[in-house]
Amino acid sequence: MSSETGPHEDVPDDHNLPEQGHPQGREPGEGSVSLPEQDPFANPGLPAHQHRVQDVDEAAAKRSERTVAMLFTLSMLATVGFIASFVAFPADKIVYIWPAGHISALNFSLGMTLGIALLGIGAGAVHWARTLMTDTELIQERHSISAEPEVRAQVIEEFKQGATESQFGRRRLVRNTLYGAMALLPLSGVVLLRDLGPLPEDKLRKTAWKKGKVLVNENTGLKLKPEDITVGSLAFAKPEGLDHGEHGWANEIAKAALMLVRIEPADIKDKQSLDWSHEGILAYSKICTHIGCAVSLYEQQTHHVLCPCHQSTFDLADGARVLFGPAGHPLPQLKISVNKDGFLEAQGDFAEPVGPAFWERG
Amino acid sequence: MSISTSNRTEAETSDRRKAPAGERVADWADGRLSIYGAAKATMRKIFPDHWSFMLGEVALYSFIVIILTGVYLTMFFTPSMAEVEYHGSYVPMQGVVMSEAYASTLDISFDVRGGLLIRQIHHWGALIFLAAMFVHMMRVFFTGAFRKPRELNWVFGFTLLVLGMFTGLTGYSLPDDLLSGTGLRFLHGAILATPVIGTYLAMFLFGGEFPGTEIIPRFFAFHILLLPGIMLALVVTHVTLVFYQKHTQFAGAGKTNKNVVGTPLLPVYTAKAGGFFFLVFGVISVIAATFTINPVWTIGPYRPDQVSTNAQPDWYLGFPEGLVRIMPGWEINVLGHTLVMDLIIPLMVVFPVVLGAIAAYPFIESWVTGDKREHHILDRPRNVPTRTAFGMAWVSWYFVLLIGGGNDLWATYLHLSINSITWFVRIGFFVVPILTFIVTKRICLGLQRADREKVLHGRESGIIKRLPHGEFVEVHEPLSQEELHVLAGHEQYQPLEIGPETDEHGVVRKVNPVERVRVSLSKGYYGEGGQIPKPTAEEYRELTSGHGHH
Repeated sequence: MSSETGPHEDVPDDHNLPEQGHPQGREPGEGSVSLPEQDPFANPGLPAHQHRVQDVDEAAAKRSERTVAMLFTLSMLATVGFIASFVAFPADKIVYIWPAGHISALNFSLGMTLGIALLGIGAGAVHWARTLMTDTELIQERHSISAEPEVRAQVIEEFKQGATESQFGRRRLVRNTLYGAMALLPLSGVVLLRDLGPLPEDKLRKTAWKKGKVLVNENTGLKLKPEDITVGSLAFAKPEGLDHGEHGWANEIAKAALMLVRIEPADIKDKQSLDWSHEGILAYSKICTHIGCAVSLYEQQTHHVLCPCHQSTFDLADGARVLFGPAGHPLPQLKISVNKDGFLEAQGDFAEPVGPAFWERG
Repeated sequence: MSISTSNRTEAETSDRRKAPAGERVADWADGRLSIYGAAKATMRKIFPDHWSFMLGEVALYSFIVIILTGVYLTMFFTPSMAEVEYHGSYVPMQGVVMSEAYASTLDISFDVRGGLLIRQIHHWGALIFLAAMFVHMMRVFFTGAFRKPRELNWVFGFTLLVLGMFTGLTGYSLPDDLLSGTGLRFLHGAILATPVIGTYLAMFLFGGEFPGTEIIPRFFAFHILLLPGIMLALVVTHVTLVFYQKHTQFAGAGKTNKNVVGTPLLPVYTAKAGGFFFLVFGVISVIAATFTINPVWTIGPYRPDQVSTNAQPDWYLGFPEGLVRIMPGWEINVLGHTLVMDLIIPLMVVFPVVLGAIAAYPFIESWVTGDKREHHILDRPRNVPTRTAFGMAWVSWYFVLLIGGGNDLWATYLHLSINSITWFVRIGFFVVPILTFIVTKRICLGLQRADREKVLHGRESGIIKRLPHGEFVEVHEPLSQEELHVLAGHEQYQPLEIGPETDEHGVVRKVNPVERVRVSLSKGYYGEGGQIPKPTAEEYRELTSGHGHH
């Protein structure tokens, strides 16, 4: 310990942690007086307790007592208020509360009364602790986390004895077959997980679109004609017969959702894209190729469409090429034409999987 | 003691007759649970006091609030994706086809009295829980409270943070509104991107194709049983270790590495900490009363063909969200297979590596210092400039990515192009942490210089004195012994040296490359430019031996 050696406190040796401040080192009014000669930065020890006003003035202590009691009483009143609000306010009553705006009267009154009931108890308890309970700082020694050497030696000895008595190390056959059994056992649990879901097969490659499937307006449910899609507009479509609420609807629409735009054929830059369109009407998958959100923000002047989730931007006039953002490939296009009744129909399923990429996509 | 057995029994019996009821109940329990032994060690246990020690308490208490409100919510929530037509009291949604999960969330919000309040307390509590864990972790990091013997408790706390994020994710996915369904869509796409097994994982987790009908019941089980069960066990372990290892404390008069100075558990700490639980709960209640959170009724039920704008996760997942948003599109197609790098890099490389580095930090630092001693006195952040700079660099990086995670909001509110913001974040991702590191380190060194100055020359008193020969000087007041101890009583590590390249016989010594890394890290931490040497006793004595000259 550095206190008995003079000259080299400045060398941060392994044991120069301060060791002052034991209870016996406490003297009233202790300050820089007890400066040890050797270490000017020594720990001066715990200073004398400073009395609070409540410790010396009973009137102040009484005031504190009344404050705490008042806070606890406030809490009681708030709980009564909570019950009263629960009974009094209907669930649908809306009131204007500044600055929160128009909010539910029941929610506001229940929350505020519960809050006050809790805060009353909390503030009362803390005020009680701070002003009335003894605030003398006490010192406790820390015990070593590690065991004493004798204890350590004894434990290791006993473990060795136990291990020897088990004959675990000597009877290799027992040991190795136990390892094998324990290693195989969890396989049962893994096998049980098999029925969590079906195998992928080609599910991600197929959608509800097929040759002759008529395009239906997603909102109105009406079959779409080319003249319904004006230049510059964006419409959403689904395959005919896929109706909301039917069994399996969500899984199908999650792949089949379609986005229709009409661009002057002269402005369509991509050759295949033009071939797959009908009079400038282009049908693209609405499911973003990044992570699967529904792409929906269309800028008609530039023919750009933006996904609101991660801002992948696609150029619909150029085969839905990715212009910006994290998407890794263009939106798949659906080849469309007009059937004999004049309605837009698909010429087949998408040529590539829709939605986010996956390992087998290729 | 020489009294006979029968006498003693008699004495015990008569003692017990006189003992008050409380003591008799305690005796009964002690005879079965040995409670006196446990109470002896804990009842008057000393806890040091500092405002920053409250942050962990906020996390603990908000966790309790979340459990209490969560149990209530399970009684009304229906974790089912079966479609029903809504006929509850919220008029705008009447007749709309939606999942039972969404319909029961509307019922909790509009038909169960107080249901909305509990839902809002639950959600606000979760945000506060995660925020409290973050700031608590920063307190522990910047003060070096993670050092031996507390490295494992750092890892437990870190695990709680990660589990908290995923419990939050599984929780806000449950109402099946348009926003939470979009979050599930994100999760599905991210799982699909996993090389080799992605499609299988996605099919098994979702019970088939997206969205299927299984994911909400399954997430419900994770959210209310599996994850909170693990978290509860970890919280108990974490707090037990704090008890067992005793709390750290800042340097101060009387406070040493071998003791703990403060007030006892009974009564002061019980009253303060117990009262603080009610304060935390009360504040969350008042927030839930006045600020609407996640109004699922305005967003509408989830449909895979629709999306809402402002689709952000809760704030604590803003950092992986930012990583995903700033990553440029990149897919590698080889031999008929696709590596979805635009999701693999942010979510399966950067995110886990950064989290892993946080978990491993205590072990890295103790490897660099080679220090095997216990540390119970907290560091002042300025005294470990490199660690503090690392921490601040990480925090700045986190905030840059939060901007990235909400780039659409920033674009809307600041009327800026979303592309510019994304590019700002892409560049900031690399530049901001480096700048923050340099600036923080310089600030720490400056503060260390100021401390040194103050120790050697005292505090500027503002009093100007005229000396007999006419010179004006400012009087500097010497510091108290406690201040001297706090500012200069700490120890400083010396940087490691590789040692001579050749041994005493002139033979070239082989130096392990790992050792070289360790030495250069040590020089970065504690070498020249890594810290300002604290004043030595000699310097102090030399300057203070004769008062008056400056």
